[in-house]
Amino acid sequence: MVKEKKRVSEDRIVGGLAYALVTVVAITMLYPILNVLAVSMSSYTSYARHPWMFFPFDFDFAAYKAVFSSRLILRSYGNTIFITTVGTLLTLLITVLTAYPLSRPGLRGKPVFMSLLLFTMMFNGGMIPNFLLIKGIGLYDSLWAQIIPAILSAYNTILMINFFKALPPSLFDAAKVDGASEPYILFKIVFPLSKAIIATIALFAAVGYWNNYFSGVLYARSQSNWPVQLVLREIILAANTAMINAEGNLAEMDLSAISSESLRYAALVVVMIPIMCIYPFLQKYFAKGVMLGAVKE
Amino acid sequence: MKPATIRAADTSTGSRSSFVKYFRQNYWLYVFLIPGMVFLLIFKYIPMGGIMISFQDFNVVKGLFGSPWVGLKHFEFLFQSSEFYRVFRNSLLISLYRMVWGFPVPILLALLMNEMRHQGYKRGMQTILYLPHFISWVVVMGMIYNLLSPSTGLINYMLKAFGREPIEFLTTPKYFRSILVISDIWKTAGWGTIVYMASMSGIDPNLYEAAIIDGASRVQRMIYITLPGIAGTIVVLLVLRMGSILSNGFEQVYLLSNALVNEVAEVFETYTYKIGLREGKFSFASAVGIFQSVIGCALLFSTNFFSKKIGGGGLW
Repeated sequence: MVKEKKRVSEDRIVGGLAYALVTVVAITMLYPILNVLAVSMSSYTSYARHPWMFFPFDFDFAAYKAVFSSRLILRSYGNTIFITTVGTLLTLLITVLTAYPLSRPGLRGKPVFMSLLLFTMMFNGGMIPNFLLIKGIGLYDSLWAQIIPAILSAYNTILMINFFKALPPSLFDAAKVDGASEPYILFKIVFPLSKAIIATIALFAAVGYWNNYFSGVLYARSQSNWPVQLVLREIILAANTAMINAEGNLAEMDLSAISSESLRYAALVVVMIPIMCIYPFLQKYFAKGVMLGAVKE
Repeated sequence: MKPATIRAADTSTGSRSSFVKYFRQNYWLYVFLIPGMVFLLIFKYIPMGGIMISFQDFNVVKGLFGSPWVGLKHFEFLFQSSEFYRVFRNSLLISLYRMVWGFPVPILLALLMNEMRHQGYKRGMQTILYLPHFISWVVVMGMIYNLLSPSTGLINYMLKAFGREPIEFLTTPKYFRSILVISDIWKTAGWGTIVYMASMSGIDPNLYEAAIIDGASRVQRMIYITLPGIAGTIVVLLVLRMGSILSNGFEQVYLLSNALVNEVAEVFETYTYKIGLREGKFSFASAVGIFQSVIGCALLFSTNFFSKKIGGGGLW
């Protein structure tokens, strides 16, 4: 009995510790995000007084006005929206089209197709051959160079194959008996049943495209083709240089430095928020989509 | 009415006519495969063939078939350059630090979250932990500049509060690798719990009930039930991790590094970019890339082999 009591109180402590630790970690994750949000909405004076703030002391949206009146930012923002939308749609289309046949039992030649797909997980040509290919086929310095090389990944395709395989086989048999064609089965029967996996792959693809910096560096030469991540880096560096020039003394910073400093926070928010907002919409499908893929390994 | 075309799974008699019949009934499946396979051939397999430029003195004007072959010249040069050993060392060390410090974090977080009984609170915490995954490295770079700024950053603010001199973290070599490791954990640890949580949800609840009846404490249940339950997943991820021990990714290192910390920061990805695309030495840069891939593949296969030998299971 005494032992039992000791165990229960020990369990309480462990449980409390779990809550406490996870909460501390969550706060650490949240703080830098809140700080950026708070500063971006504050006036410069309150930023100078409390640069570490995590809630705004006052409201001033001048920085946002500056962000949305910059042609360079707007243009690159448009590029990123285009790349993300078109890239995600193409990724979904090609992944579904590739995964569906590979999920059907008895597909002739399946080992060949599967090997072609799986080998790309283990080996790739690398940065330089990829770059030369993009140059060679004339995609260099176009938005398509930032879209096409990423539209099919073996990992996503395998997740989708596993999902399709888990659909009840009677579904296909019944449709076949009714004389339904394969395109009909795929788009009218399988597609509506696969919201979970489609949402999951869409999430992976959208996050990948929106946040991609590397293919912009590699394939976008002219500024008109820059994705917003490239512009954001320039803004961060410019603000930093302004800080260094003012020798870190906020009070002595000149006007252009001030605007570049607040511009940076607003720009961070504008780049960060849209892709974060996608998650809540896809969350309910996402859990299921990832589970199925993960459990199957 | 069209004849019903029910496909039998094992009708492979191997004869030609049966294949024609099969193909006629199922040609749509092959039509579906066309875009994906064409994509793989062009964007994955042609670049793989393109690695032959590392055995040439590749020249853009002469092209792949006109450039002179030079055998292993670039590899010999590579192994003789001191720069290469610096890059190798950096890549290996940074990646090892990431593994030692970063690999256990999602496991611990998942174990802790598994002990949280209040579902609503748990879901809320999960959502917060996932947030950094959605943030690009460029934005993370901005946040790091905010936090570590000598004049306005929180970290130096605290140092000053304790009467210490502010530190220029980002331009001091001895802090650089820690910044990489910590920001990597910040960005990836929460998202990394997903696969462990999924694996935990597959553990038989009866095991826990039996353990409670037998008087096992929470910690004991965690160690003797939950941990063995996810051991397979841990091994798989560890094997994968070994395969990428020389890879650190381009974005994080490139964005955070600067000339003052290059000595400890330059890794294969940034080095390949610099000599290949900045200096135009395509062949040499490609040789660096090959070295990295080959070592990665070899490590993946050997860890998988050893993991199976010691009974830990493997990838295949």
